[in-house]
Amino acid sequence: MLPYIGRRLLATLPVMTVVAVVVFLLLRLTTGDPAAIIAGDNATSQDVAAIRSKLGLDRPIVQQFGIWIGSVLRGDLGESFFFKKQVSELIAERVEPTLALATCTLLLAVTLAVPLGVLAAWRRGTWIDRAVMGLSVLGFSVPVFVIGYVLIYLVAIQLGWLPVQGYQRLADGFAGFIQRLILPSIALAIIYVALIARITRTSVLEVLNADHVRTARAKGLGDLTVLFRHVLRNAAVPIVTVIGLGVALLIGGVVVTESVFSIPGLGRLTVDAVLARDYPTVQAVILLFSVVYVLINLVVDLSYTFLDPRIRY
Amino acid sequence: MNLRRLVAVIAAVGALALVGPAQAETTLRVVMHSDLKIVDPIWTTAYIVRSHGYLNYDTLFSMDAKGDIKPQMVDKYEVSKDQLTYTMTLRDGLAWHDGRPVTAEDCVASIKRWAAKDSMGQKMMGFVKELSVVNAKTFKIVLNEPTGLVLGALGKPSSNVPFMMPRRVAETDPNTQISDTTGSGPFIFRKDEWKPGDKAVYVKNPNYKPRAEAPSGLAGGKVAKVDRVEWKHIPDHQTAINALLAGEVDMLESPPHDLYPVLKADANVWLFSPNPLGNQYTFRFNVLHKPFDNPKIRQAVFHAFNQEDFLKGVIGDPAYYKTCKSFFPCGSPMASTKALEGLLDSNFEKSKALLKEAGYDGTPVLLMHSTDLAVLNNLAPVAKSLLEKGGFKVDMHSMDWQTLVARRAKKDPPTAGGWNAFLTSWVAADILNPVMMGFLNASCDKAMFGWPCDRDIEGLRDAFARETNPAKQKHIAEQVQVRATQYPTHIPLGQWYGAFALRKNVEGVLEAPVTLFWNITKK
Repeated sequence: MLPYIGRRLLATLPVMTVVAVVVFLLLRLTTGDPAAIIAGDNATSQDVAAIRSKLGLDRPIVQQFGIWIGSVLRGDLGESFFFKKQVSELIAERVEPTLALATCTLLLAVTLAVPLGVLAAWRRGTWIDRAVMGLSVLGFSVPVFVIGYVLIYLVAIQLGWLPVQGYQRLADGFAGFIQRLILPSIALAIIYVALIARITRTSVLEVLNADHVRTARAKGLGDLTVLFRHVLRNAAVPIVTVIGLGVALLIGGVVVTESVFSIPGLGRLTVDAVLARDYPTVQAVILLFSVVYVLINLVVDLSYTFLDPRIRY
Repeated sequence: MNLRRLVAVIAAVGALALVGPAQAETTLRVVMHSDLKIVDPIWTTAYIVRSHGYLNYDTLFSMDAKGDIKPQMVDKYEVSKDQLTYTMTLRDGLAWHDGRPVTAEDCVASIKRWAAKDSMGQKMMGFVKELSVVNAKTFKIVLNEPTGLVLGALGKPSSNVPFMMPRRVAETDPNTQISDTTGSGPFIFRKDEWKPGDKAVYVKNPNYKPRAEAPSGLAGGKVAKVDRVEWKHIPDHQTAINALLAGEVDMLESPPHDLYPVLKADANVWLFSPNPLGNQYTFRFNVLHKPFDNPKIRQAVFHAFNQEDFLKGVIGDPAYYKTCKSFFPCGSPMASTKALEGLLDSNFEKSKALLKEAGYDGTPVLLMHSTDLAVLNNLAPVAKSLLEKGGFKVDMHSMDWQTLVARRAKKDPPTAGGWNAFLTSWVAADILNPVMMGFLNASCDKAMFGWPCDRDIEGLRDAFARETNPAKQKHIAEQVQVRATQYPTHIPLGQWYGAFALRKNVEGVLEAPVTLFWNITKK
């Protein structure tokens, strides 16, 4: 196992290199000039040129890349063009809201989706199955921001049960923390619930028709015992896989959800940095998202060995 | 619990109830038009940083509601009979947020740093022979020749505003951002609570000594009546409005016009137009390239356009716009219709005739269209339609505002990534006279993007700067306007007004060209 983990971790290096080069080049190819944005609307061309020089943007691209990648390798993600803060400091400030939102979303999605998917499979062809699948299609079809606005209008504005926007740190009180996470987590979880419920249904259906389940039933085992002991465990690998793959969906969703609910997390930081052409921040955040994505998929791969003893690395 | 203990508890609770709750801290929660990313109001001209400046810093002079320049940090000033020496003495009791006294040395250093960046400051410094400290509270400005610019420049209401900073801060290279935010304004910026992308916090300056006069525009007594101002960054307009309706924030600085009906429909919200002069839409030419390198072709645009179409297309509600055939904002001292009568009436035949006379060869106008700012989005399509009706060929390129900002700085031909024209909006306070108005700067390479190059306009601007008599200044401003219709640098497209959206318990908001937070109460 350990050599496998080592090999997988080494394999992330070329992936990260490609991400670094592509992100760096894409940003430079994108129209827009951070110096002009920083200088403001009334600035002269001379002001813009002075700021460009100060930021090192007048140097050749290769030289700029060399300086940046050298710093990254030394663990220095650079300084934001706008905030006059180290990018690592900015990221550290923004990690908690994003992590909290992602964790709540995942918990909510898995807690809802797996039972719904199992129920749909167990009651295949009934109104329950059709309702779960119908809601899944709806969940896939409605964009996250629409769900967000509808939830805000109904729950926060009309009923006044929960806040419209914002984030409260866990250290400042659990009640405020969780109150502000409920609506964004629901908005973000819906598409995830739809995805996981569908995969769970398909996977459970497949296992339900397997020989060992028929044997278990023939032995006279009860429905719940068959379901939990013989079906769910064997259906788990595709479900865990889709949860891992869905992290990319989650990252994209976090960007939108954090904007709609005004949560100062990494998603909002990304949007703000892209709009402001804050190259060091965009580069660092995308690198971070890539690392997280690669590592989560590694964890998913490793989890197979616990879920299915036949799988060995 | 025995009876005696119960009675004691009831008595204690009763006593607490009689005493009442402790005085609660009042916090004004505001959604500004943008996030505060930079905190140096001299380094950038961004309006959000200017608003930050008015909270955290103070100014030597300020413009009142009538447009007159009044002393602010300055207690008294004297102008010598030959109008060459201005001696200024600071008020008693002025102190930096760290408790140290504000000195003349601080002010001299601040003026120098500001003048190195600001175009009006540069113009003023062209007249300055000596800027020196007389004593701890007094400094003097000695001029080479008389100018009417000194007070107007030091009391300049909009970017870059000459905010005063401690000498140690003001001696920072003007092209380097400051990191020490010590000011002497009515509020103190809490750098430790500043989270870019989330919020900026200001607390009441307990040691601030406001002037005795009532507040008027940017002048008068700056009395902080709330303990804390929090700028909450909510980039999504709909979310910001929802937050206001739910009472989570108290004020929106710039809700979009199309959502005003939603706000007006809520009994707990009111709209307030704070800026009587408003803003001016403007069509900017790039004179470096065909077809707008020919002044006669630029004159044709004056005939193709009319202001009403632009204002209707973007603002919609006539309560929030007005046509104004003047380069200088209607309602301001320099406003005049001279030379603009008969123009901006969409006389397409006249436009086509001028194009024919000028030998227009059909070169398309590369018009940059900003798509992401609601107050600008519809301008370019209206311009395109009117230009085409007036005989032009137009190639409209859509892009986000930040891309436009970067592209407009390029002098390359339109076919190589350059441009011919774009539309923008000016805060009226930035364009009150020919020296302030950046688009009238016709000093070729040194001019703002578009790079107009005209000795006559520059000569008139210099004459305006030298003139100290307001009536003569107005006459010169009219001459500038006449020249700017012969050698068009840009076209004014009318005035529009925004409104703050406020909860009903917020009162005392001042009318001014800048968002101000003193005098505001929250009940």
